[in-house]
Amino acid sequence: MTVTFRRRSGPRPIDAATEPGKAIDIDVVGYYGQPIVRPHVWKDVIGWYFFTGGLAGASSALALAAELTGRSRLARSARRAAMIGLLPSPALLVYDLGRPSRFLNMLRVFKTTSPMSVGSWLLTVYGPAAAGSMLLGEIGRLRTMQRLLSGVAGITGPGLATYTAVLVADTATPAWHEARSELPFVFAASALASAGAATALLSTVDGEPSRVAGRLAVAGALVEVSAATVMKRRLGSLDTYRSDRQAHRYDQAARALALAGAAGLLVAGRRRMPAALFSVAVAAGSVCERLAVLRAGAASAADPQSVISSGMSTSLMV
Amino acid sequence: MTVSPSTAEAPMHIAAGTRYGFFTDTSVCIGCKACEVACKEWNGVEAVASELSGNSYDNTVALDATSWRHVAFVEKELTSTVKDMVWLMSSDVCKHCTEAACLDVCPTGSLFRTEFGTVVVQPDICNGCGYCVPACPFGVIGKNPTSGQAAKCTLCYDRLRGGEQPACARACPTDSIQFGPLDELRATAATRLAQLRDSGADRAQLYGEDPDDGIGGAGAIFLLLDEPSVYGLPPAPRTTTRDLRQMWRTAAAASLALVGAVVLAMIGGER
Repeated sequence: MTVTFRRRSGPRPIDAATEPGKAIDIDVVGYYGQPIVRPHVWKDVIGWYFFTGGLAGASSALALAAELTGRSRLARSARRAAMIGLLPSPALLVYDLGRPSRFLNMLRVFKTTSPMSVGSWLLTVYGPAAAGSMLLGEIGRLRTMQRLLSGVAGITGPGLATYTAVLVADTATPAWHEARSELPFVFAASALASAGAATALLSTVDGEPSRVAGRLAVAGALVEVSAATVMKRRLGSLDTYRSDRQAHRYDQAARALALAGAAGLLVAGRRRMPAALFSVAVAAGSVCERLAVLRAGAASAADPQSVISSGMSTSLMV
Repeated sequence: MTVSPSTAEAPMHIAAGTRYGFFTDTSVCIGCKACEVACKEWNGVEAVASELSGNSYDNTVALDATSWRHVAFVEKELTSTVKDMVWLMSSDVCKHCTEAACLDVCPTGSLFRTEFGTVVVQPDICNGCGYCVPACPFGVIGKNPTSGQAAKCTLCYDRLRGGEQPACARACPTDSIQFGPLDELRATAATRLAQLRDSGADRAQLYGEDPDDGIGGAGAIFLLLDEPSVYGLPPAPRTTTRDLRQMWRTAAAASLALVGAVVLAMIGGER
């Protein structure tokens, strides 16, 4: 829907080769091309939190499964991976608040209509459980308590890894809301990839890289790339992962790192250094994926045409 | 307060429990921006030094944390000659949606629904998470960099409680901005639309008055002389919380797939 406006262009050079006082006709979308909805105001640290939260949550699920099947070495590595994801998470979230001293207001109410409220409570339950199970596991005391905490962390973990996809999809940002059926799978796979990668990496500290963790990293990375491809196809003309330069760069990096990391892990086998290196690549791919999502969302919200066409398609759907 | 006493009317009775709102009749807006000024003065919203935007006489540019009323100046060309240009002016404001996305997603409960059916940010609770900003389907609410908090039109909550109409409606010299109980405003809007249609304004249309639209109808309704997108309004706004149940189900499926992958790896994997 293009409307022709007569626009007196603001910063026009004085010696413009136009008749003085004559207006310049340009085609702009909507109201002087102004955004219709507002792009998110989150800093990149929120993209990093999507990564660390996903890493922690998926690692705890892996730790629980490893404990239940008696794989104690794998379980220990996975609990450590979860701790690495968990530790910076609250700090990243608080840092992005406009009023950091009021972070506890997040727990003032519990609202199922707010994915951020649900996520805050998830993190509140998950965090102490994951940290406690890791610490008790390290010192080898209070086995029953450790297993209980591991259970809580392992069950809430997958929720922590995917609620962030719902959080962004529940906005008026076209590239997020229109991808609401794919985003949770992109985030879950990305979380699994990073958890497998971090656990494999940490398992090289005291022996051969865990093959179970390595396989999960490979599977997660491949599904992450596939789900992201499906998502971008679904977006069609709203695909800012291609049209926005920065989002495109992050997206390409995510894809390249995930694929290279997965291929490398398959080849590396039981060799520690290569396995560690390619694990880092898979995890870095997961970071880039989340930063691509953040950036692509901002770009699509800033584009009035995206909002107009996504609104049209939504209204035709209902 | 700078609202001239000459515009004073008999005090109106404003009752809790009734839904109040705005009807902005853009056909009589003269672009004086008295609403923008009155709003800033009454609500103590800081002035932001604006640059010349190049968008006609509009240097406010958009609604934001520091602009709770925004007068749009659309220069619309009818034919290719300069003479045949019409000016569409419209004072935009928060829609105070029946299903308000900003309120739904607010994790602290800072955004709430008042006894007048309006949607208001409580500055003593907001922690500046910024979630309401991308959630609003109209791009109304913003995060104020000075306070770090979300801010938008309160429909002059304090004035309503004191039995006085909002500052912008009071200041409007042409009654383009009308305040009142929403059902009365709807009737006024319908009458005015019929009048304009009769006089040949064939693109005149109401915006936000339909309770069956994607936001359950707005608390601030508009009479526009052209398509909504011309004024920078979304043609089909939608409260995305309506899809939340579906989105949680998808996330649950994705979580289960994650667990499934982990379990599979355990079954197939070595010890």
